[in-house]
Amino acid sequence: MASTVADAIKEHDDHHGPAKGIKRWLFTTNHKDIGTLYLIFSLVMFFIGGAMALVIRTELMQPGLQFVHPEFFNSMTTMHALIMVFGAVMPAFVGLANWMIPMMIGAPDMALPRMNNWSFWILPVAFGILLSTLFMPGGAPAGGWTMYPPLILQTGDAFPFLIFSVHLMGLSSIMGAINIIVTILNMRAPKMSLLQMPIFVWMWLITAYLLIAVMPVLAGAVTMLLTDQFFGTSFFQAAGGGDPVMFQHIFWFFGHPEVYIMILPAFGVISEIIPTFARKPLFGHDSMVYAGSSIAFLSFIVWAHHMFTVGMPLSGQLFFMFATMLIAVPTGVKVFNWVGTMWKGSMTFETPMLFSLAFVFLFTIGGFSGLMLAITAADIQYHDTYFVVAHFHYVLVPGSIFALMAGAYYWLPKWTGYMYNETAGKWHFWTSTIFVNLTFFPMHFVGLAGMPRRIPDYSTQFADFNMMASIGAIGFGLSQLIFVYVLLTAKKGEKATDVVWDNPVGLEWTVPSPAPYHTFDTPPGEDVIRSHSHSSH
Amino acid sequence: MSTHAEDRYYVPHDSHWPIVGSAGLLLLMVGVSAWLNGAETGFWVMIAGFAVMIYMLAGWFGTVIGENQNGVYNLQVDKSFRMGMMWFIFSEVMFFAAFFGALFYARNMSVPWLGGESNNFFTNSVLWQGFEATWPTNGPGEVGGDFTVMGPMGLPLINTAILLTSSVTVTIAHHALIAKHRGTLKLMLALTFLLGFIFVGLQAYEYVHAYQDLNLKLTTGIYGSTFFMLTGFHGLHVTIGAIMLFIIWLRVMRGHFTPEKHFAFEATAWYWHFVDVVWVGLYVFVYWM
Amino acid sequence: MDRGRRVINTMIRKSFLGLALLVFAGVARADWALNMPRGVTELSAETYDLHMLIFWVCVGIGVVVFGVMIYSLIMHRQSKGAKAADFSHSTTAEVVWTAIPCVILLLMAIPAAETMIKLEDSRDPDMSIVITGYQWKWHYRYQNEDVGFYSNLAEESVKARRLDSGIDPFTVDNYLLDVDEPMVVPVGAKVRLLITANDVLHSWWVPELAIKKDAIPGIINETWFRAEQVGTYRGKCTELCGKDHGYMPVVVEVVEPDAYQAWLDTRTGAEQRYANNESTATPEATLAAGE
Ligand code: HEA
Ligand code: HEA
Ligand code: CUA
Ligand SMILES: [Cu+2]
Repeated sequence: MASTVADAIKEHDDHHGPAKGIKRWLFTTNHKDIGTLYLIFSLVMFFIGGAMALVIRTELMQPGLQFVHPEFFNSMTTMHALIMVFGAVMPAFVGLANWMIPMMIGAPDMALPRMNNWSFWILPVAFGILLSTLFMPGGAPAGGWTMYPPLILQTGDAFPFLIFSVHLMGLSSIMGAINIIVTILNMRAPKMSLLQMPIFVWMWLITAYLLIAVMPVLAGAVTMLLTDQFFGTSFFQAAGGGDPVMFQHIFWFFGHPEVYIMILPAFGVISEIIPTFARKPLFGHDSMVYAGSSIAFLSFIVWAHHMFTVGMPLSGQLFFMFATMLIAVPTGVKVFNWVGTMWKGSMTFETPMLFSLAFVFLFTIGGFSGLMLAITAADIQYHDTYFVVAHFHYVLVPGSIFALMAGAYYWLPKWTGYMYNETAGKWHFWTSTIFVNLTFFPMHFVGLAGMPRRIPDYSTQFADFNMMASIGAIGFGLSQLIFVYVLLTAKKGEKATDVVWDNPVGLEWTVPSPAPYHTFDTPPGEDVIRSHSHSSH
Repeated sequence: MSTHAEDRYYVPHDSHWPIVGSAGLLLLMVGVSAWLNGAETGFWVMIAGFAVMIYMLAGWFGTVIGENQNGVYNLQVDKSFRMGMMWFIFSEVMFFAAFFGALFYARNMSVPWLGGESNNFFTNSVLWQGFEATWPTNGPGEVGGDFTVMGPMGLPLINTAILLTSSVTVTIAHHALIAKHRGTLKLMLALTFLLGFIFVGLQAYEYVHAYQDLNLKLTTGIYGSTFFMLTGFHGLHVTIGAIMLFIIWLRVMRGHFTPEKHFAFEATAWYWHFVDVVWVGLYVFVYWM
Repeated sequence: MDRGRRVINTMIRKSFLGLALLVFAGVARADWALNMPRGVTELSAETYDLHMLIFWVCVGIGVVVFGVMIYSLIMHRQSKGAKAADFSHSTTAEVVWTAIPCVILLLMAIPAAETMIKLEDSRDPDMSIVITGYQWKWHYRYQNEDVGFYSNLAEESVKARRLDSGIDPFTVDNYLLDVDEPMVVPVGAKVRLLITANDVLHSWWVPELAIKKDAIPGIINETWFRAEQVGTYRGKCTELCGKDHGYMPVVVEVVEPDAYQAWLDTRTGAEQRYANNESTATPEATLAAGE
């Protein structure tokens, strides 16, 4: 034992590069390798989840049932959401965190590298299990991603597999979050103060706390589903003194923070990119931190805004309405700070900037519809209609997904050492932006006019807008193939310089492009840190 | 070599343990699921999964312990481990919070509502006429039939005393470790995990009593659900904690740990205190109030 | 193909109209399926006004925020020779843009709360109906009357909805929005609804009455409405309840009081007949509802 350990240390001293072949990816403890794994995995999941969305949109293109049975349609809705949320967006941000956080804080690697590997490699297991339910008797879960009982208890053989795959996703997220917190707090360059940290790092720190606080609660909720189903407990049964609505409370105690888990890192990415292309320091760096923390805090006390129709007592409804409305304030601070950053800047519009600008516009529109949903009396009309679907796709697709795209374009040259194909990037941006609006904007109208969500077929007055949305979805899906093209040709462009962009801020730009396998052997000093931080501190 | 460990953060190269762990989880989860669906083979797949998981844990921790004994970890690595453990325990706290939340919800919301409180006059008068909200209850449908409540005196009180004592003994052990009193350390640590196992034993006895004499079961409405899920998950954690303590004790016997560096010891002690605190919550809210 | 072209044409026409409406008119007409209906109760109108109020507030804020941003995007670009300033914060600005949204929100919260309080006030109804959701139909039971019946998706829609039925939904009247037995209520009466479910969650929604309430097994939710106009109002189940969730519409027929009385008379004692027809359903919840 002792000698092998000594060998390992010797190897470590040698600073050799990555191992060769498949072993590199299976056994790696390197934050960049693991980051790459996360990013590729999430892209694959995005395509699988997207393919399911296309099944949904194809069926909804016209009234009447043309392609799938209602039960399969419901499975598609359920799986689409689970895969997009837990398989695409969350792992993608963890991938960015893995790549960028150590580089941004001047650390050699993540704090717990072996656990880092495991956090990733649990995901293929979780989603392998989840996807396998498509082939089981009784079909894949079809009770919606919210898994409300009693309906979800009617799932066939897929049921326990669904529950355990959710457990595994939780396990992966918790370990990932612990790693991120420990890395930020313990591995930061000694001379970097907390407030000097980039906003991306800050937002991830806050997100990681949210994750540790709510993923176990989700695990608890689905465990209760499992025992209600197989062991005769009565958590969600009125006859035994429980309540089906109790599940909703527990689920949304997780679920609402969850939606901020998907947007806070996006805020972080945008806050890195806009200053670079406005050539101006981030406006209100510190208030960004406070706003992010306030959002995270508030996210714990608004969950029941998803449940305005379940028959809560009036006082509860009013409390959750007020609390929810409050979130607009810190979120507004963020939006205003981005605009303040652009103001009097000297802007150029490379692909990352384009995606970021679209993010600010379209996320804000999604935020507005969120605010409308918060108004209880109005939400009673909006609830469970396509207006809600429009709301959350606006914050998730041109929100989270666009931020991910922006981040990918922004850091790609640092990762690969080559400039990506800017023309293709611009095409990707413009087609995505046009089609994403064509897809999701009409959903506001059909929702308001009365089209419920989670239905495979609808009455004829909604036909035209649904046709539009379906065409948009196909267009948006095809546009993503351009992104794949950009990735495949990522190393064909000209060599990137170390700073890549025009004088960007952040420690990642102080290292060579592509970033070496081990980034910081010795932490950067005070001067470097100060000149590479947006903070006025 | 030692200077090396002091100034550089140890980043291990490749490790195959995580992927072994994932394989174990795959077998475990698929096995349990298939078994729950009624497939006999699922049971064996689950057992295989367990075996792989234990192999993985032993191997992974073994590697870490080996590295530690070889002094490759500097204080910063130590701190990472500590923080990791702390946040892991926090996540466990939140897991229990979900079940405590269910308990509070049932007691303060759903049961009174079924009894007609708040805006639920009709729930009671139309659907569950005659049901009066009390706690404990197995609900208006009297799910699981008549039962007797597990009182706070007797076994639960003894168990409380046992766990509280074990928290004291583990603390004494910690002080002994720092003061280099290896004898006291060994004794107190052994006492701690023995108390832990006794607790689990008594808990099992209590369950048998509940099932056989009190007709109090997991299926006894919401009371049975919350009672057994909370105490059950707690008992599981005590078992894990006691096993961890046992392993730490074995390491103490081998002469591991120094007064300055004994992360594993501390982590286990924290875990033990956490289990203890959860029990106090349980005792108050499940047995007592 | 002909219909395809028609669809695309109306699509283009409507999207322009839609945008134009959003920008200029605001009051979208219901038959264009663009906006929430104003409805036929006092509270549905209030809800609608509330909806339009927040909508316009958001549009207003949007115009300001996006206006500033677009101005900046046009003026402060490198290609126009803009030189970057280097300010990075301004306490005044930050206080202002924290305070203003707070005030706006406060102003919005007041009417929102008022409407809510009215919505929850189901005291002193003229009549009560127990509504029970089943997979996949509704059951209505009129309290204090000997009337109860199931309400299923209408036959015509049932035929057309099947996968590859060959029937064009456009040829079916009120496709998916018609039932065999509507719920009938008198105009002007305060109707209290006691909503529950027998198997899984459902949700009872009629947009024109501005009522949506979840139907939960083992729990009864209360709500109410007072329809001010005679007419037929259509809605849907809005909580995912399994494969035919999309196929359990709600139809409420609001009629003059004497027509209601006449309807009641033909229905009294009807529960027996309908229950016998429905061999699969055991309406325990409704039987337990005995006065
Ligand atoms: C990234 C994900 C994300 C984000 C960021 C948000 C953000 C918000 N969401 Fe959303 N939401 C979802 C994802 C998200 N949501 C999902 C997935 C669902 C549905 C789940 C399901 O049922 O399946 C949902 C559903 C949902 C509902 C329930 C609807 C229903 O089912 O009936 C509500 C109700 O209150 C709501 C509200 C809000 C609010 C108030 C915000 C706020 O955070 C928005 C704040 C932002 C702004 C307001 C814009 C910028 C601010 C300014 C420019 C300042 C000035 C503005 C004002 C003063 C108005 N959301
Ligand atoms: C981050 C989350 C996320 C993302 C990114 C998306 C992305 C998309 N979503 Fe989804 N969606 C949700 C989260 C998300 N969604 C959630 C939470 C729900 C609620 C579920 C519920 O009710 O339970 C939902 C529900 C939902 C519905 C409502 C379903 C219903 O109520 O029945 C619809 C309908 O149009 C829809 C559409 C889309 C579309 C068109 C996209 C597009 O943006 C997707 C675009 C991407 C692609 C199309 C991929 C590219 C694919 C190809 C190019 C071809 C295929 C290739 C191969 C097979 C190799 N989504
Ligand atoms: Cu009944 Cu949906
Ligand atoms: Cu929410």
